[in-house]
Amino acid sequence: MKDISFLMSKSFLAAVLLLLSVASLFIGVKDLSPLDLFSLDQSQRQVMLISRLPRLISLIIAGVSMSVVGLIMQQLSRNKFVSPTTGGTDDSARLGILVAMLLFGNAPTMGKMLVAFVFALAGTFLFMKLLDRIKLRDAIFIPLVGLMFGNIISSVTTFFAYKYDLIQNISSWLQGNFSLVMSGRYELLYISIPLVVVAYIFADKFTISGMGEEFAVNLGLNYRQVVNIGLIIVALVSVVVIITVGTIPFLGLIIPNLVTLMRGDHLKKSLGHTALLGAVFILGCDILGRVVIYPYEIPIGLTVGVIGSGIFLYLLLRRKVYE
Amino acid sequence: MIEVRNVTKSYGGKAVVDNVSLDIHKGKVTSFIGPNGAGKSTLLSVISRLSAKDAGQVLIEGREVGAWDSGQLAQAISILKQSNQIGVRLTVKELVSFGRYPYSKGRLTAADREMIDQAIAYLELGELQDKYLDQLSGGQNQRAFIAMTVAQNTDYVLLDEPLNNLDMKHSVQIMKVLRRLADELGKTVVIVLHDINFASCYSDRIVALKQGRVIREGTAEEMIDTAVLREIYDMDIPVELIGGHRLGVYFADYTK
Repeated sequence: MKDISFLMSKSFLAAVLLLLSVASLFIGVKDLSPLDLFSLDQSQRQVMLISRLPRLISLIIAGVSMSVVGLIMQQLSRNKFVSPTTGGTDDSARLGILVAMLLFGNAPTMGKMLVAFVFALAGTFLFMKLLDRIKLRDAIFIPLVGLMFGNIISSVTTFFAYKYDLIQNISSWLQGNFSLVMSGRYELLYISIPLVVVAYIFADKFTISGMGEEFAVNLGLNYRQVVNIGLIIVALVSVVVIITVGTIPFLGLIIPNLVTLMRGDHLKKSLGHTALLGAVFILGCDILGRVVIYPYEIPIGLTVGVIGSGIFLYLLLRRKVYE
Repeated sequence: MIEVRNVTKSYGGKAVVDNVSLDIHKGKVTSFIGPNGAGKSTLLSVISRLSAKDAGQVLIEGREVGAWDSGQLAQAISILKQSNQIGVRLTVKELVSFGRYPYSKGRLTAADREMIDQAIAYLELGELQDKYLDQLSGGQNQRAFIAMTVAQNTDYVLLDEPLNNLDMKHSVQIMKVLRRLADELGKTVVIVLHDINFASCYSDRIVALKQGRVIREGTAEEMIDTAVLREIYDMDIPVELIGGHRLGVYFADYTK
């Protein structure tokens, strides 16, 4: 454990993030090298400002915010396997987007977001209510319930999508994809930044709430209010990411687990690392997806899913070693 | 002083706590005893605002518990439930630090840190303070949670079956600590206990509940008595005097 703990230090993660960010800016079909930076011609400048930079920014924001909300959700549900993917949030958000499209046609993105947010929030609340009712609090059982719950919602979405011939739109939100990110189409993601800041301010309260309602009330905390604020952050961030880049499965599951395994469950101690590692991981996956079958691209949903689940399995099996 | 006045709490139409009235005196160790389902834990939850009551009043320092600001109340009364024992990866010191939350709201001052160190020392957890809770034994875990309530520094300390799952050595250790909280720090300690003999050896007052009602209360001398115990537990328990303590010998049927 000692020998690899430097991998989890903030300065190491920040250095890797910087390195990957630079790499991300200069990988792509259009030739662009760091040396060109000071003598960009018209088309190079356009590629940089319209495509490469927005892509980098959206990757970092999505990586940071999805990891952070995953951590919050695990803390509030007191279960390491709960995340927007396994708690019905993503599925509810997609249903919301579909409903928005059916009701308002080509509603502006902001309107779509609000409807999807209401659905995502309602779905997440419903899942948390289900959790309260479940007597068997087995670690594996709960995310299974979440996945089933999500699939039920998903089936409703698919049904109406078929009926109204929107199935292609639906699948575009299923697979996260950053290749379509361009200036003018990703700015909604900025909403996540203040939400992550709020999460940091509430870090202690989330940690205390994660110890259970009675523990929190004993310390004079308004438990319900803290949980509600947490779930609002989770739902809003998930919706914003799905609308702009699509679903990035299991990111909110893998990253917080990696971090808390080494740094414990105190959010103050793990939030910063979670944010950094989330950005590093998603950038790495995106770059990999861009170079593996160059000049074509593998969608990020796929690379994150494959690499992430591999890492997660490995960590699960090694878990005893850390204790 | 905590005054419980005609408190009733029902679940599904059945009164779990039934018109209970009771005074808990300052600076004393009070134990709640009684058979399973007598309403001991529920009463403790109602007193500490974890559960809402259906009727009656709970006055803490003369003020109805519902009228207290929850944050203020967290500086006056603390409660430890059995359910606290969950596998979280917090270090002992992090847990104990939460005891200062009602005062610091997360920003620990130098005075807070001193209190935390004192609480850790008081429960002799110095060497374990950087260990994660899920690495500790049951007894160490329980001590860590009690250290947190010591750091919380409330006049009233309520504990729901603190000896649950502990072996004899650790049970004695915990009871001694609770006794010291009252004797040395002037705390008012209220404990839900199953073992009448721990209640006998360590408490100033014993309150017996049965089917949601207080059926008897008094000192160990008054309560640990074959006739009284028969009334509480429907068992014939001979009482022996050993080293000045009255001990009920309930392990087999000695009446034949």
